[in-house]
Amino acid sequence: MLQVNDLHVTVEGKEILKGLTLTINAGEVHAIMGPNGAGKSTLSAVIAGKDGYEVTQGSITFEGQDVLEMEIEERAQAGLLLGFQYPVEIPGVKNIYLLKSALNAQRAARGEGEMPAPEFMKLVKEKLGFMKMDASFLQRAVNEGFSGGEKKRNEILQMLVLQPKLAMLDEIDSGLDIDAMKVVADGVNSLRAEERAILLVTHYQRLLDYIVPDKVHVLVDGRIVKTGDAELAKELEANGYEGIEESVA
Amino acid sequence: MSDTQTFLDTLATRSQQRAGEPTWIAARRQAGAARFDAMGFPTRRDEEWKYTDVRAIAKGNFALADNAEFSQAQAAAITLPIDAYRLTFVDGVFSAALSDVDALPDSVQVMPLSKALTDNHEAVGGPLGRLTGVDFSTFAALNTAFMEEGAVVRIAPGTVVEKPILLQFLSRAGTPVMSHPRILVEAAGRSEATLIEHYVGEADAANFTNVVAELMLDRGAILNHYKLQEAPIGDLHVASIHVEQNRDSRYTSYNLNLGGALVRNDLISDLNGQGAETNFYGLFFGQGRQHVDNHTKVNHNAPLTFSNENYKGILDDRAHGVFNGKVYVKRDSQKIEGFQSNQNLLLSDRAQIDAKPELEIYADDVKCSHGTTTGQLDEDAIYALRTRGIDEATARGLLTLAFAGEVLEQVALDAIAERVELAVAGKLPERFNLAGLVEAAAALND
Repeated sequence: MLQVNDLHVTVEGKEILKGLTLTINAGEVHAIMGPNGAGKSTLSAVIAGKDGYEVTQGSITFEGQDVLEMEIEERAQAGLLLGFQYPVEIPGVKNIYLLKSALNAQRAARGEGEMPAPEFMKLVKEKLGFMKMDASFLQRAVNEGFSGGEKKRNEILQMLVLQPKLAMLDEIDSGLDIDAMKVVADGVNSLRAEERAILLVTHYQRLLDYIVPDKVHVLVDGRIVKTGDAELAKELEANGYEGIEESVA
Repeated sequence: MSDTQTFLDTLATRSQQRAGEPTWIAARRQAGAARFDAMGFPTRRDEEWKYTDVRAIAKGNFALADNAEFSQAQAAAITLPIDAYRLTFVDGVFSAALSDVDALPDSVQVMPLSKALTDNHEAVGGPLGRLTGVDFSTFAALNTAFMEEGAVVRIAPGTVVEKPILLQFLSRAGTPVMSHPRILVEAAGRSEATLIEHYVGEADAANFTNVVAELMLDRGAILNHYKLQEAPIGDLHVASIHVEQNRDSRYTSYNLNLGGALVRNDLISDLNGQGAETNFYGLFFGQGRQHVDNHTKVNHNAPLTFSNENYKGILDDRAHGVFNGKVYVKRDSQKIEGFQSNQNLLLSDRAQIDAKPELEIYADDVKCSHGTTTGQLDEDAIYALRTRGIDEATARGLLTLAFAGEVLEQVALDAIAERVELAVAGKLPERFNLAGLVEAAAALND
């Protein structure tokens, strides 16, 4: 589904990713772990298309399409969706408006018509309930005045409504208490499906107790230095990244 | 020849054509002309005109229109599609063909000024000019010198006018002309009405409109006043709106400016009785080289009066906006509340805003606040919307519309809100329409 090949990325002249290679197949849940500054967030930002990241070498393909040639919105319409570590507040744009606009933009890109309003509302209410969010969230401006936990739940809500092919979640566990993390993890787990893949970017192992990945990659200094299964995350928890970094050196 | 002389010559020619008008009007007209001549056009050395250059008006040569020809089809295409009592003026000349006030109840009078003067000029002579004297400004004096047409609205005590009263001013392409409409509204005690002023016209028009509106609200009267200024992009537009509010009256202004090359609005409310409330909502949107200047003033002349002001400016290209808002609290007008907010959004590096909020308070037990901010669209928010599949142009449109939202949400008339939305956000694709969701949500809750 997603292939990242020998990716080199610089930010403001500094090389952050230094030859990253990664393959994600449909049905898989991958976790990328690594110390601060290793380039974890850079990877998801480049895949989503954020400004300021220069790809100097390598490629990213998604279902055979060259991702780097696609506009930001085209990536989302194709089913590549990023859940932000720090969701942006958008004053004046209601949540319900964003959900409807985004869903219908995606449908339009697929050549489908708009989802009828009653069907849409039914879908949104169901997902809201799943995320234990009150219906009043729909009428509030996107993330405006939301607590950290509410913002994260809102990101997952968008995922549940938009049903991406590849959901990338950047530090979705940061700033969450244990109850909120369970709700978020339940939301993410409900996305698991044969036709879908999930990429978790996280600093801590604790999220992976709730969302058990098929593969864990350790990202150090811009490269994946080790890949394993969920057990690898537990090793990291026990021994930290230092042991890994030393073994690379 | 001085700038004023061109206008005075046109006035002299017009005066010769008039015959048999009441002596008080002739006297007012002369006073207006004299005051206009003495003051001359303001320059940027005048504090009130520091940011607005009126040479395009002063150096202009404007005739006076002598007919109101305008096709029904064309009018239908550009005017508001709403059910209203309607008076239409074409380049300042009343058009009976495009007006419809037949269904008015006896308790409401809506008529062209020319008819009011013919029918019963004494009834007009008292209130006309009481709020806007010739000393107010050069433009008020000029309006007085030329006044002959406009609208007179009288609402009897306790009358609730069910339909809006729509005054539409159409501007034609061709030889540049000027018009000096005069609007007089007398809203008696506990009456309720919605008044709409709509300025619109042919794309290539380049006319000068200089309107003076005097609105008098007696005890407990409620007036919702929409001004939708969509004048052609070459038009010059100057307006003075004075509001007098007696006890417990409530005036709400929706001052929506989208058109015109050079626009200046002076909006003044006098809160003269306890419990009176004034709300000023404003939105101005400038593109190209448009210049839009809004000067507002709230005078808290009595204790326990309330004002709330929210002006939003959106400026693109090389447009220039001016906001000057003053809240004045008279000596010992205690327990008043006066709030003012002005926010501006610059969509281009060359757009410009001059914002000046002012408070002048001579009482010690008041609640007042004011603030002004100017910013640009949040690029992070545009990115966030795009990562959800929304294209960039639409994302910018949505965010611009969201910026205008606080003011637009106040606009209760859909036909007007739609015009403004279209102007500021462009035509958003159907899929961005929220229609149907509210009903669907309500149905699910049942």
